[in-house]
Amino acid sequence: MKMFFVSDADRRLIPSSGFRGPVPLLIAIMTFVMVVVAAAGLALANTASVVKAGVENRYSIQIADGSAKAPAAVAAARETPGVARVEQVPPEDLRRTLERWLGPAGAEADLPLPAIIDVDLAPGADDRAVARKVEQAVPGARFMAHRTTLAPLLDALKGLTLLAFGLVLLIAMASAAAIVLAARGALDTHRSTIEVMHGIGATDDQVAMLFIRQIAIDALLGGIAGAVVAGLILAAILGGASFATSLAGAPPIGWGDAAILALMPIAVALLATLVARSALFRALRERL
Amino acid sequence: MAGSIVEFDRVGLRYGTGAEVLRDLDFRLGEGGFYFLTGPSGAGKTSLLKLLYLAQRPTRGRMSLFGDELADAPRDALPGYRRRIGVVFQDFRLIRHLSAFDNVALPLRIAGHDEAEVEGPVREMLAWVGLADRASARPPTLSGGEQQRVAIARAVIARPELVIADEPTGNVDAAMAQRILHLLTAMNRLGTTVIVATHDLGLIAATPGAQLIRLENGILVDPTGALRHPPGAPPRPSERRP
Repeated sequence: MKMFFVSDADRRLIPSSGFRGPVPLLIAIMTFVMVVVAAAGLALANTASVVKAGVENRYSIQIADGSAKAPAAVAAARETPGVARVEQVPPEDLRRTLERWLGPAGAEADLPLPAIIDVDLAPGADDRAVARKVEQAVPGARFMAHRTTLAPLLDALKGLTLLAFGLVLLIAMASAAAIVLAARGALDTHRSTIEVMHGIGATDDQVAMLFIRQIAIDALLGGIAGAVVAGLILAAILGGASFATSLAGAPPIGWGDAAILALMPIAVALLATLVARSALFRALRERL
Repeated sequence: MAGSIVEFDRVGLRYGTGAEVLRDLDFRLGEGGFYFLTGPSGAGKTSLLKLLYLAQRPTRGRMSLFGDELADAPRDALPGYRRRIGVVFQDFRLIRHLSAFDNVALPLRIAGHDEAEVEGPVREMLAWVGLADRASARPPTLSGGEQQRVAIARAVIARPELVIADEPTGNVDAAMAQRILHLLTAMNRLGTTVIVATHDLGLIAATPGAQLIRLENGILVDPTGALRHPPGAPPRPSERRP
């Protein structure tokens, strides 16, 4: 924190650009994009875990040739240890679903319907034992894990989450590169001041600290501005996201995620400060 | 003679791949001496001054300041030596956006003095060079002579052991030139070694006891050998017999 508390005399040596310079604006834009993309990544990760948790122990028994054999399958499932819930999907519900897909023809009584039975297992239950039992009771019945059905969706969500965090990393790298250029530009702008300071006996630490302080403050101000704008936009979007909440069973971004997003401007300022420090010392060491 | 504050042993300097601008410089300057560096334009005076105020390293030879060999000294060690040297540049090199006060205060602040220790000496020094009422003025609003006086005040404010001045009276009137010379001789009497590069023969004549360092074509002109072997100085390590 020492870098933020410097004397007025030091401040006069390298006049502050404040919000007029390009660094705060650049950092604000980068932070805005970073927070939005990170929020999307967190929301995707949360959705994936909610979906995964929801289907983790859920199975279906499908009997292709009608519901006549359904009671036997239900009974077999109920008798098996570890089965928490067994419930046949009412044929009316199946017909309504078919009607949505096929139109009025789907509701015709002579259209053969499969029987579908939802089964929830207790955590740690042996799903293969249940499958065997159902197979014995109703040969030809299929015992299917929902997680297998949803695997492509979960994989896509995982891929998108990784992509979002990769993008956050890329934006951070682009910000770091911009900070390096800004630091070198600042050194060039103040070349004569630095030469005088070195000639009088200033150390690299003393010279670098003047610029690091400036860049740290610019990065923090820009980061906070970008994060606030991103936060307002996200709040507006998520405020009306009751649909998403009802779909996923939880808000897409929780308080813990919000805390992570709120810390991003500080992380950006820290990154900018470290990168600027390294770039400044490298550039200063090129001089005698 | 007191010990040497500057010692050059076959020092050469070239910029890049060009010809040597300084060749085989061999001399010793005693602590507390007053020296004038003269020579025609292009003789290498500015290059020699750059070596002396550690803005350049020699490309060959040995160079010691304050008794320490510095030709190959680590870069991090140089600021400590630079703080012991006050430099008046010919082009002043004042920081344009700082006031005269802040320019003069810079060496004290860089040396880590508290603001309470800065105010008094800086005001006193500005008054001494006749700029007490111009303390808040920035260099672009000062005349050439005023800028030169600020540069001199900055060079001597931290009471350096060695003062190097490049044409310090070049932009001031005769009365101010006299005053600056008086300041330099007063500092010299207090033990500061002074090296002044000048073409002003009047200045040299007005300083009895000062020694001349004359450069021509990058070579030291030392017909009497007084610079290479100052009277009373011990022999150099390279000159001692086993």
